[in-house]
Amino acid sequence: MSAGKEAARAAILARVRASLGRGPGEAARPDELARRLAGGRPNLIPARSRVGAEERLALFVRMAEEVAASTVRCASPDEVPGAVGAFLAGHNLPSELVMAPEVEGYPWHAAPTLTLRKGRASKDDLTGLTGAFAGIAETGTLMMVAGPKSPTTLNFLPDNHVVLLPTGRIFGAYEEAWAELRRQSPRRPPTTVNFITGPSRTADIEQTMQLGAHGPRRLHIILVGPDAPPGEAPPGEEG
Amino acid sequence: MMISKAPIRVGLFVTCLVDLFRPSVGLAAVKLLEDAGCVVEAPLRQTCCGQPAYNSGDRRDAKAIARQVIDLFEGYDYVVVPSGSCGGMLHEHYPRLFADEPAMARRAEGLSARTFELVAFLTDKLGLERVDARFEGAVAYHDSCSCLRELKVRDQPRRLLSTVEGLTLAELANPEICCGFGGAFCVKYPEISTRMVDEKIEDIRASGARTLLAADLGCLMNIAGRLHREGDRIEVRHVAEVLAGMTDAPPIGGR
Amino acid sequence: MERTSHAFKESAVRALQDATLQMALGNMRVGFVGKRQKARERLPEFERLCDLARDIKDHTLKHLDFYLEAFEARVKAQDGEVHWCRTPAEARQVILEICQRVEARTVTKGKSMIAEEIALNEFLEANGIEPVETDLGEYIIQLAHEPPSHIIAPAIHKTREQVSDLFFEHHRQYGKTRRLDETRALVDEARQVLRPKYVAADVGITGANFLVAETGSVVIVTNEGNSDLTRTLPKVHIVTASIEKLVPNVEDVWTILRLLARSATGQELSTYTTFASGPRQEGELDGPGEFHVVLLDNGRSDVLGTEFQDILRCIRCAACINHCPVYRAVGGHAYGWVYSGPMGAVLTPMLIGIEEAGHLPNASTFCGRCEAVCPMRIPLPRMMRHWREREFEGGHSPPTFRRGIKLWAWLARHPRLYGPVMALAIGLMARLAGRRRRFRVLPLAGGWTGSRDFPAPEGQRFMAMWRARRAARGGP
Repeated sequence: MSAGKEAARAAILARVRASLGRGPGEAARPDELARRLAGGRPNLIPARSRVGAEERLALFVRMAEEVAASTVRCASPDEVPGAVGAFLAGHNLPSELVMAPEVEGYPWHAAPTLTLRKGRASKDDLTGLTGAFAGIAETGTLMMVAGPKSPTTLNFLPDNHVVLLPTGRIFGAYEEAWAELRRQSPRRPPTTVNFITGPSRTADIEQTMQLGAHGPRRLHIILVGPDAPPGEAPPGEEG
Repeated sequence: MMISKAPIRVGLFVTCLVDLFRPSVGLAAVKLLEDAGCVVEAPLRQTCCGQPAYNSGDRRDAKAIARQVIDLFEGYDYVVVPSGSCGGMLHEHYPRLFADEPAMARRAEGLSARTFELVAFLTDKLGLERVDARFEGAVAYHDSCSCLRELKVRDQPRRLLSTVEGLTLAELANPEICCGFGGAFCVKYPEISTRMVDEKIEDIRASGARTLLAADLGCLMNIAGRLHREGDRIEVRHVAEVLAGMTDAPPIGGR
Repeated sequence: MERTSHAFKESAVRALQDATLQMALGNMRVGFVGKRQKARERLPEFERLCDLARDIKDHTLKHLDFYLEAFEARVKAQDGEVHWCRTPAEARQVILEICQRVEARTVTKGKSMIAEEIALNEFLEANGIEPVETDLGEYIIQLAHEPPSHIIAPAIHKTREQVSDLFFEHHRQYGKTRRLDETRALVDEARQVLRPKYVAADVGITGANFLVAETGSVVIVTNEGNSDLTRTLPKVHIVTASIEKLVPNVEDVWTILRLLARSATGQELSTYTTFASGPRQEGELDGPGEFHVVLLDNGRSDVLGTEFQDILRCIRCAACINHCPVYRAVGGHAYGWVYSGPMGAVLTPMLIGIEEAGHLPNASTFCGRCEAVCPMRIPLPRMMRHWREREFEGGHSPPTFRRGIKLWAWLARHPRLYGPVMALAIGLMARLAGRRRRFRVLPLAGGWTGSRDFPAPEGQRFMAMWRARRAARGGP
C-alpha cells in the first residue's frame, strides 16, 4: 500500500475511534467481539420454515412458483434427462444446453436428443443447466455456490436456467444452508455465492414488472428425489 | 362508580390555537370531562406548548416554554389536551428536551406519564364508552399524524363517534397520509402543502361526508381554509364539539 | 454531480407544475406502499426483526473500527484489496488508477449510490473511459444525462413514452430503428443492447448492500442480475461502499435481508442476493481476476457519536421515500443531490453541508410516516429537527423567520403580556372578518392565504371565558 493510502486508512480509523471516544486497539470486550465475528448463531428464524421435510418441500415449491419460477418433480435421477427435454420442448427451445460440470453425473445418455456442452456460459447460450448447493424453503430461494464445477456465468447469461435440486438439499432458512456451507468450506467462503429467488426481473419502466431484465427470463427447478445423487449429503437435522 | 373516590383533578392544557381561535373546543372539552366526573381546572397563565420554537430548531426557547408548562401543570392528576400535536409535545418531546438536565427530565417524565389527548383520555383512562349527543349526517374523521403515530390514537374517536345519535361515520381512503399542515411548513412551502391538502380534500369529497372532524386545530384550519377557497360546503369542526353535543357555533371558518 | 439543494423551493414548484413528472410519480402511489404492507403482514416476526436489525447496526457502529479492520484482513486473506478513501476525490483516483493499470476502455456499472456520491461517471468520462450503467433505470437516466431521482427506482420520474423516445434516439447506432411502445419490448431492447457491453467491459463496478466482517464478503442485491454480470464477466471487479455498510457476520446479514426487500418493493427477497468474497480461485471457470473494495468515509466517521449517528443504520431500502408525502408531491430531483426523501433530508446536509441543503430538513411536516415504516427504526423526523437546530443555532435560518419565532416565544413566556396582546389581536380579527368568519387575504400571511382562506378566530380567548366562569362560581 502506498504512503498516501496508508495515511488515509490510518486517518479514517483514527477518526472513527475519536468519534467513538476510544484509543486504538481499545475495543471493548474483545472476546465478545471475536465470538460475534465468528458467526454461526442465528438471530431469529421465522416460524414459517420450522416444519417437517415434506412441508418444507411444499413450502419451497409454493414460494418459488409465487416468484414465477417453474418446478417439476422427478422421483429419481433417471427421470431427469426426460424432464429437461420436456422443459425445452414445452417452450420450443433448441435442445442445446451448456452444463455445469457438477451435474455431468446424471444419466444423460438416456436422452440422446440433448446436446450438452460442459463449461461456462457464453452470451449466445440459450439454456444453462446447473445443480444447486441448496434450496431454501422460506422464500423458494436457490443457493448457488461457485467452484471449478459450478461456474457463475451459467446462473446469469443464458435466457433459460434449468436447475437440478435434490429434495434432500432443501433447508428451511438461509442460516441453515449457510451453516452447511461453513461445514464444507471452513477455511474461507467460496468466491461467489448467489441466492436466486425466481427469474430476473425489473420494474424500472413505470413500475410495471417484466421478467428477464438481464438474467434468465425462465427459471425451471427440477426437484430430484427422494434419492439424493451421489456425493451430495442430505442436510443435517435442524433444531 | 366514582362517587366514593376523590374526583379526578384534570389540568386542561387548552393549546394556543384553541385558546385564541376556537374557544368552543375548550368549552366542549370541559363539558366532556365534567360529564365524566372530573374536576377540571385550566391554569390561567398557560400560553403555548412551545412547538413553534421546537420545530423551528429554537431549542432554547422551546425549553423555556416547556419549563413554564411543567411548573403550571405539575399538581394535577392528569393533563388533558384537545390536540394530538400539543399532547405529543408534552408526552413525547418534553422528556427529550431535558435529556441533559436530570432533575428537569424527571419532572418532564412525570408530566409525560400524566398527559393524554382528550378523546383517548375519555376512553382509555375514564372508560367512557358512549356519549350523550346528537349530530345529523355523514361525518369523516381525519387522523392527525401526531394522534395516529405519536400517541397511537385511532379507534378511540371512532368508537365514541359511533355512539352519537344521527351520525354516520365515513372513512377516508388514505387515513395515514398527512394533510400538509405541518406548522410553519404550510407557509414556508405553500405549494407542496397545498398539493397535500388537495389530496386530502379529494379523499374527503369521495367519502361522501358533509362534515370533517379531527382532534387537531392546525389540521382543521388548514383543511377548512382550503375547502373554503375551493368553494366547497363541507363543514369542519373539532371532534370534541360533536362528542359534547355543542355544535351551535358556526363551523371553523364559517359556512 | 451538480448540487441544487439550495434551490429546493423553486425546483419543487417546477416539479408540481410538470404534468409529465406528476404522471410518472402517480405510478408509485399504487405500488410500493401496498406491497410493503402485504409483505409485512405476511411475516409475523417483522417488527421483532426490525428491533434486532437496529441492534445489529448499533453494535456494529459502536465497534466500527474493529469490524472495518476485521473485514479488511479477511478480504486481503482472500486475495482481494481494500482501498480506504477519506474523500470522493481519493475514491475517484483509486478507481481511475485501477482502470488505467488494466488499460480499461469501457466499464460496466451496477447501481451504486456511492458511485453517485463521488460523481464517478463524469470523472471516468473525463479520463477517456466509458462507463455503461447496466441497471435498467440507471441506464435510462444515463441516456437522458440525468441523476437518479429515487435510490431504488432511479428512473421513476420517467414515463414509458419518454423511455421510448430515449431508446429511439440512442439505439439507432446499434441498428435499432423502430420506435417501441411496449414495456416488454423496451426491456428486451435494453437487454440486447447491453449484452455485448457486459462481455466487452474491462472492469465492472458495483455497489454493496453489506460488507460482512466475518467472511470478507460484499453482499450485492439486485432484481435484474445486472450486478452479477458486471462482477463476473470483466477482468476486474471494483466495489464502491461506504464504511457504515459493515455487518458482523452472515447471520446478521440475513436478519437485515429479511427486512430489505420487504421494505423496498414488498418482495419476500430480491431476486439476486450475492455474496462476493474475492477474485476467481484456481480451477474456477469464470469470475473476476481482481477484486477491489473501495471504502469511502466522506464525513461518516465524524457523524459517529453525534445526534445523527442513527442515520448510519440506513440500508437504502427507500421505504421512507416511498411513504413520504413531500417526495410524492415533488419527486426526487427537487432535493438537488444524490439522496432524496426523508433519508436524503438527513443525509444530504451531513454530506454537502447544512448551508447548501438547509431546505431539506425543513421541508417536512414531521408527519412521522418515514419513521413508522423504517425497518432500521431510524428516527428521521427527530434528526431533521436536529438539523433545524443546527441551522437555527448557526444563524442560517431566514432572519424574518427567526425574528417571528423569537417574538412568539418571548410573548409565550410572558403570560401577563401575552393575554392582553392576543385578546386585542383576535378581537380585532374577529370584527374584521365579521359574519364571513374567514379571510381571503391577510397581511403577512401570504404563505397561507395564497391558496387557502384563513379561518377567523371566534373573538374571545378561552382563558378569558374560563376566568369569567371561575369568577361567576366564586372561585379564586
